[in-house]
Amino acid sequence: MTTTLPATETAGPVVGRPIDRVDGTAKTTGAARFSAEYPLPDLAHAALVHSTISRGRITAIGTEAAAAVPGVVAVLTHLNAPPLKPAPKVSPLDLSTLASGTSVDYLNTDEVHWDGQPVAVVVADTLDAAREAAGLVTVTYETRPSTVDFAAEEKNAKPQKSTLIMSGAAKKGDAEAALAAAPVSLDLRFTTPTHHHNAIEPHATTAAWDGDRLTVHDGTQSIDWVRTHLALRFGVPAANVRVIAPFVGGGFGGKGMVWPGTILAALAARATGRPVRLMLTREGVYRTVGGRTPSTQRVALGAGTDGRLTALIHTSVTRTGRVGGGPEQVTSQSKHLYAAENILVRQNLVELDLIPNTSMRAPGESIGTYALEASIDELAYRVGVDPIELRMRNEPAVNPIDGKKFAHRMLREAYAQGAERFGWADRTPEPGSMRDGRWLVGMGVASAYHPSWQFTASVTVRLSVDGTVLVRCGFQEMGMGGATAQAQIAADALGVPFEAVRVEYGDSTLPVSPGAGGSMQTASIANSLLAACEKLKRELAALAKRSGSAGLSPAAILAEAGVPSVEAAVGSDTRFGRKAGQLKFMAKFVRDQRRWMKAACGAQFCEVRVDPDTGEVRVSRWVGVFDVGRVINAKTASSQLRGGIVMGIGMALAEETLVDPRTGRIMNPSLAEYHVPVHADIPPIGVGYLDDPDPTMPLGLIGVGEVGITGVAGAIANAVHHATGKRIYDLPITLDKLL
Amino acid sequence: MRSFTYLSAPDVETAVRTIATEPNAKFLGGGTNLVDLMREDIEQPDVVVDITRLPLTGIEDLPGGGLRIGALVRNSRLAAHASVRTRYPVLAQAVLNGASAQLRNMATVGGNLLQRTRCLYFYDGAAACNKRAPGSGCAAIDGFARNAGVLGVSDHCIATHPSDMAVALAALDAVVEVESTRGVRRLPLTELHLLPGSTPQVETALAADELITAVELPALPVAANSRYRKVRDRASYAFALVSVAAAMEVEDGVVTDVRVALGGVSAKPWRAHEAERILLGAPATEESFLRAAAAELAPAAARPDNTFKIELAQRTIVATLRRLRTDGSAA
Repeated sequence: MTTTLPATETAGPVVGRPIDRVDGTAKTTGAARFSAEYPLPDLAHAALVHSTISRGRITAIGTEAAAAVPGVVAVLTHLNAPPLKPAPKVSPLDLSTLASGTSVDYLNTDEVHWDGQPVAVVVADTLDAAREAAGLVTVTYETRPSTVDFAAEEKNAKPQKSTLIMSGAAKKGDAEAALAAAPVSLDLRFTTPTHHHNAIEPHATTAAWDGDRLTVHDGTQSIDWVRTHLALRFGVPAANVRVIAPFVGGGFGGKGMVWPGTILAALAARATGRPVRLMLTREGVYRTVGGRTPSTQRVALGAGTDGRLTALIHTSVTRTGRVGGGPEQVTSQSKHLYAAENILVRQNLVELDLIPNTSMRAPGESIGTYALEASIDELAYRVGVDPIELRMRNEPAVNPIDGKKFAHRMLREAYAQGAERFGWADRTPEPGSMRDGRWLVGMGVASAYHPSWQFTASVTVRLSVDGTVLVRCGFQEMGMGGATAQAQIAADALGVPFEAVRVEYGDSTLPVSPGAGGSMQTASIANSLLAACEKLKRELAALAKRSGSAGLSPAAILAEAGVPSVEAAVGSDTRFGRKAGQLKFMAKFVRDQRRWMKAACGAQFCEVRVDPDTGEVRVSRWVGVFDVGRVINAKTASSQLRGGIVMGIGMALAEETLVDPRTGRIMNPSLAEYHVPVHADIPPIGVGYLDDPDPTMPLGLIGVGEVGITGVAGAIANAVHHATGKRIYDLPITLDKLL
Repeated sequence: MRSFTYLSAPDVETAVRTIATEPNAKFLGGGTNLVDLMREDIEQPDVVVDITRLPLTGIEDLPGGGLRIGALVRNSRLAAHASVRTRYPVLAQAVLNGASAQLRNMATVGGNLLQRTRCLYFYDGAAACNKRAPGSGCAAIDGFARNAGVLGVSDHCIATHPSDMAVALAALDAVVEVESTRGVRRLPLTELHLLPGSTPQVETALAADELITAVELPALPVAANSRYRKVRDRASYAFALVSVAAAMEVEDGVVTDVRVALGGVSAKPWRAHEAERILLGAPATEESFLRAAAAELAPAAARPDNTFKIELAQRTIVATLRRLRTDGSAA
């Protein structure tokens, strides 16, 4: 832990300060261990064999050559693998039932449901032997007809059913009629491709059984879900499963659910009686972990000649897998961003024989804001109004779709601050009117938007007589700075120095934390942590009263009372306690939903340069100003927002998973051919926030994990239009579309 | 990756003798492409002959003003060499536009020339590919073909050669020196790589037992005014969609000497002879550049995914020549 920052040298509150992350030294020195780095005695290594068809049956499987490779311990197939219990049915009262990446009974069935499904696992003494042998397994299939072509199947999409947490459709007034009657109208169609997360750490699991007790080191965003899910699939009590995941090398949603690798590592360990490590290859990640669904979107806007919206229609088609996956809230922001008199949103789904889709950073809003914000920009040009001014004219006072109050909304202020910082006033509106040497220069803006959530979390806080504080909670450190932020919160809540607080995390033996997803982890834990600190302070006050030490420091009170430590807990991890917690969460969620519209928002500003000869687009400047309530750590929050913008630049300009429409096979499962941005693609990124607390959230904080990526592709598309006069309706904006 | 036998050759004679006696052997230079392909099971050699100890690492001036570059010169060293930077800037630029700094520190000149296509279907053992599995068909023709070729393609294969360096060498009239147990021979670089025709698995004019020992550049005054322009899907670390290596000399507004080669468009670095023929002696004007570019791309044949390359290649030729005209007149 570093203590060299001025931020921690001065007394007073630490919340808000840009404190270095407490895990920084461990990570930069290599001391931090990731899931594939635990050296267990007698460890064996596993490698997957993937199906090469999208649907059918395995009729024969040749394992002799693989088994003959020196060092091979076992070749597991559906013919010899231990049994696995089926995936659970989804229940709103037990959110861990959402954990199944797919519903397939891996290696317990001869059926193939997607190209890439694991059909065999080779276990060997060395990783090299396992991978060599995996390449020697031969599989014969009886193929069945499959539907894998999203573009062709999109017309067969069906309306998405609404659930408690996501509505499939919503309306206000009669948007189609208002559109038809509007003096100015546009009706546009957009497409976005499949994306993959590409966390730097490929998914990895190290699993060891001791009788009926299982210990796994798993790179997961959701320790408790892995524990519950593995217990269920292997038919052992949840108490018998321990999941250890202090450090995770990025996830972005790709490690939110339980995918085949985790289960098969535990299965292979059970079958061989040895600890097994399964570290996926990059290709293995593409083939066995879902990505972001592709989408087609319609955005239709009706407005007066002054640009005031009378109609806003946003509909989408996304895909799921036949064996899992879910809807994506592509139209979510369109219910909240603009004060249109008539609104219609509708989401449609089509099922394909592909690996199920999954959440990827701001599922829905990342691609939804692209279509909506490009359309708003187009409207600004149609009516001849500055794009920011047009947004201000349509800025709502209450939530547009249902009239609910905003818990917090400072989009006007975000645009004002961003425009000042970026120098928006220097922009000449005419497309193609700005140049820098041979480059065409364009400037674009778009709104960022992401709903804010809060789940239940269990936390304990202990204060010891030596003045130290121990916070315990089973979350994982995936790069966001969770441990640092919670230590800051506890330090201020208890009035102790930041350095006195230690946070223990990354283990399922700790009080249960919600996973990292929906930008809600920090707020969820903070809520319980604050409550626990209040409890602790009450106990301290009682002690002080008894021993007559009121007014002394917390440590002195304990010393006076002769008590070594006091501890307070919030949340119960017993079976009944968890159910009660889930119910409480649902009740609060529904109450909040009725009362407030809660979200993060922001204004994204960018400048692009387009080569007039080749159509190459380079982003040259960026400013994002965000309304994210109170910022807990100015450094880690900025990193998260900046990281979101970088990922958005990739989405806008380069990223695309190529799913062959003839076969359903992913053809670019590699970082050489799936283009994420390189350093040379990223300009200096200015990040600002308004730092005004949201009164409905703990400490006034709103999660920052996802809002940064939203609006990015829209801002770039708008800047490209400003530079070239061409509006691009299909991501990624590659140079061929600008020739 | 399959198990293999590793041998290290102390001299050229041993290297070529070993390769001649082993039916399924490969030379190993920097390994930046071969090892990747072995990891993917695309290359499965029984024997790997490490040649990095051979004394082929020199860059020497040739009598008459040329340059001799050893086959084991690392890419980063080649790009940094003073003679290369001043006399053949297009070559230094091409090398620096390729791969990453780490890869360039490993990759050798000979290995760079012999790297294999980045076609997605060549890289996927489950797909049909006439280059990887002769006679199995070509899944790219009706598949993802963004990086496929438009010049010299066939019904059997539309793959491109991915090298940047080779494109510059093609423009510079480079000659490749090759050695085997039968002795030493020399061939123009433009004759090293073969078009696919009906045998896309045969990629070069080299026999299986031949080792590239050096590349020689002739004295070429026009090369002092030369450029490499690479167009790709991100700012760095991506293969060329289209690239242009060009050198041009202009006197009194007339093109007096010119070299043009294209990358990303064919199974070989494509020397643009037709464009050169039109440019030589023509006024150095936008009109001439456009005419030359159009003529070179006239025989192009594209798939829906890479139709843009025909237009992009022409625009990039014109932009590069335009820039050379400006640079040349400033010099």
